[in-house]
Amino acid sequence: MAKMSYREALTETLHQEMANDENVIVMGEDVVGGTGSPGGPEAIGGVFGVTGGLFGKFGAERVIDMPISEAGIAGTAAGAALAGKRPVAEIMFADFMGLCMDQLMNQAAKFRYMFGGKATCPMVLRTSYGAGMQAASQHSQSPHPMVTAIPGLKVAMPSTAADAKGLLTTAIRDDDPVIFFEHKTLYGLQGEVPEGDYLVPFGKARIVSEGNDCTLVATGRMVSFCEDAANALSADGISCDIIDPRTTSPLDEDAILDSVEKTGRLIVVDETPPRCSFAADIAALAASEVFSSLKAPIKTVTGPHSPVPFAKELEAAFLPSPVKIKTVIEQTVNFS
Amino acid sequence: MQLAREELEQAYRQMKTIREFEDHLHREIAKGTIGGFTHLYGGQEAVAVGVCENLRDTDYITSTHRGHGHCIAKGCDVKGMMKELYGRADGLCKGKGGSMHVADMDVGMLGANGIVGGGPPLATGAALAAKLDGNGGVALSFGGDGSCNQGPVFESMNIAAILNLPSIYVYENNRYSEHTGASYVIASESIASRVEGFGIHTVKANGFDFFEVHEVMKELIARCREGNGPCAVEFETTRFYGHFEGDPQNYRGPDEVKNDRENNDCVKIFRSKVTEAGLLSDEDLDKIDNEVISLIETSAEEAAAAPVPSPEEVTTDVYVSY
Ligand SMILES: Cc1ncc(C[n+]2csc(CCOP(=O)(O)OP(=O)(O)O)c2C)c(N)n1
Ligand SMILES: [Mg+2]
Repeated sequence: MAKMSYREALTETLHQEMANDENVIVMGEDVVGGTGSPGGPEAIGGVFGVTGGLFGKFGAERVIDMPISEAGIAGTAAGAALAGKRPVAEIMFADFMGLCMDQLMNQAAKFRYMFGGKATCPMVLRTSYGAGMQAASQHSQSPHPMVTAIPGLKVAMPSTAADAKGLLTTAIRDDDPVIFFEHKTLYGLQGEVPEGDYLVPFGKARIVSEGNDCTLVATGRMVSFCEDAANALSADGISCDIIDPRTTSPLDEDAILDSVEKTGRLIVVDETPPRCSFAADIAALAASEVFSSLKAPIKTVTGPHSPVPFAKELEAAFLPSPVKIKTVIEQTVNFS
Repeated sequence: MQLAREELEQAYRQMKTIREFEDHLHREIAKGTIGGFTHLYGGQEAVAVGVCENLRDTDYITSTHRGHGHCIAKGCDVKGMMKELYGRADGLCKGKGGSMHVADMDVGMLGANGIVGGGPPLATGAALAAKLDGNGGVALSFGGDGSCNQGPVFESMNIAAILNLPSIYVYENNRYSEHTGASYVIASESIASRVEGFGIHTVKANGFDFFEVHEVMKELIARCREGNGPCAVEFETTRFYGHFEGDPQNYRGPDEVKNDRENNDCVKIFRSKVTEAGLLSDEDLDKIDNEVISLIETSAEEAAAAPVPSPEEVTTDVYVSY
């Protein structure tokens, strides 16, 4: 184990996987950061610093600064993947996936199926997501429900430094297209990370904590919010199962359903708006599969049906918080 | 330089207002008073002002993530903008938009834009509306060198050309998109030469000189108003600050910004041109400087003291009706 940040864990993984397999290539805007500039190349190594050092080690052929052309980046990655490479493309902010949707939903996601199982598209699209930095409506979204809804795409969302490494390694080695969501407020998060080869399998939830009274399901930054809420209630004798699915597609349904059968209560926390969301999806799953175990209505704690606002008071009103989660846990546990 | 005295004073006032507005933000952001992602326009003032002084309130512009200059030049209320950046309830967009989304429909300012390349398609649509309205209005998009590589930008220029729309595509080439050099990401000899390929009349000009910008735009905009179809322009310019606030700028040449501040400062260039030609005196300009500085100070004081939005506002304005 080594102590490092979420960001460092991602960087280490990219270094390891590029060294392991020469088919792994990295591309995106400013991933070298400084190509064509007097002080470049490699002046920055990604706006969040994740791709630092790759250019120096693996060179311009495999670490490629791209123009501001998100559709082109996603498509180039998809095409290179079809032709045998393992591209790791960076879309700086998940909001910009709006520009790449054709390449993701009509192309990469569907090749294997449309071509009768004869093609693979082993690309990873890394992207930063989430609110909490007053980055406003076009730089704060969490579009994981949108891509989770697309058959053919896999979706990973690490909430710790160790998972950042384990899930990214798996994503790069996986033969299907993977959308890899990095929460922009977590890059500095420190944690113990296993050294060397470290894989976290897709579709296997992390049991963050164990308890008896309520099941909390969350991903990304919302996991620590759930932990804070649950910790605040432990003095009252309330204990929670906290489950981080780690990948929303594939989904570890068993981990969630087993837990709900045990606790009889479910709260899903997510920072997106509520409609057609990850939260609604998990709630529907539990309602249909373990209805008879439920002792209280399933609740969700999400953003409202609105874009993410700029002002910090409004952003706070938009986002779930440990306090809001705690209130809902109390209501659920006291339901009669 | 066939501008009337009032026009010269107005142009200088606008450029200076942008400069002081941005310098104020630079200081405040360093103190942590203002949140979010802020991209300053300092250094590029001659472009925004030289362009917008040729536009009417009824003409439209779209802007970029580096939008404060365009907003001020198009006539957005400076106090309302300052409050918006401070995230206040009575900011121009009620504190919901912030730096990257300042907009003011009353003056034809269709928004700064957090999406690089988001503006040109919208300007194309506004130009279509203007054409249908038949009032001689035009729509103009500002964009950086980096924005010219977005597919939707290509698509909208082609649409404008085939529909003969009164749209104008302004590219401000400040040498970088974030940290990446323009010459690396733009394969053609220049942005202008590429845009010409769309069958759009395009010129390349010096964006450090207000007078050159103003003259070039006067001609292009008149041409557009007369129904001659879209046109485009690439201005050479520079930004005095980093891509975003906090950017160490290690990708730039060692003396690049210093040199630009000394030799390519559009505000200084304006001052020396008008004083040398005897059109305005240093005293005239100093007076404007003082008025602008006090406007920015009052705007900031009022913004700091203004009320923050109430939490219920998070769900208002999502729809017209729902
Ligand atoms: C679609 C999209 N891709 C990437 C970004 C991130 N980004 C913000 S500004 C910028 C560089 C823009 O360069 P340019 O168009 O030259 O404008 P400048 O910043 O120089 O004014 C990038 C890559 C974005 N906001 N939107
Ligand atoms: Mg630029």
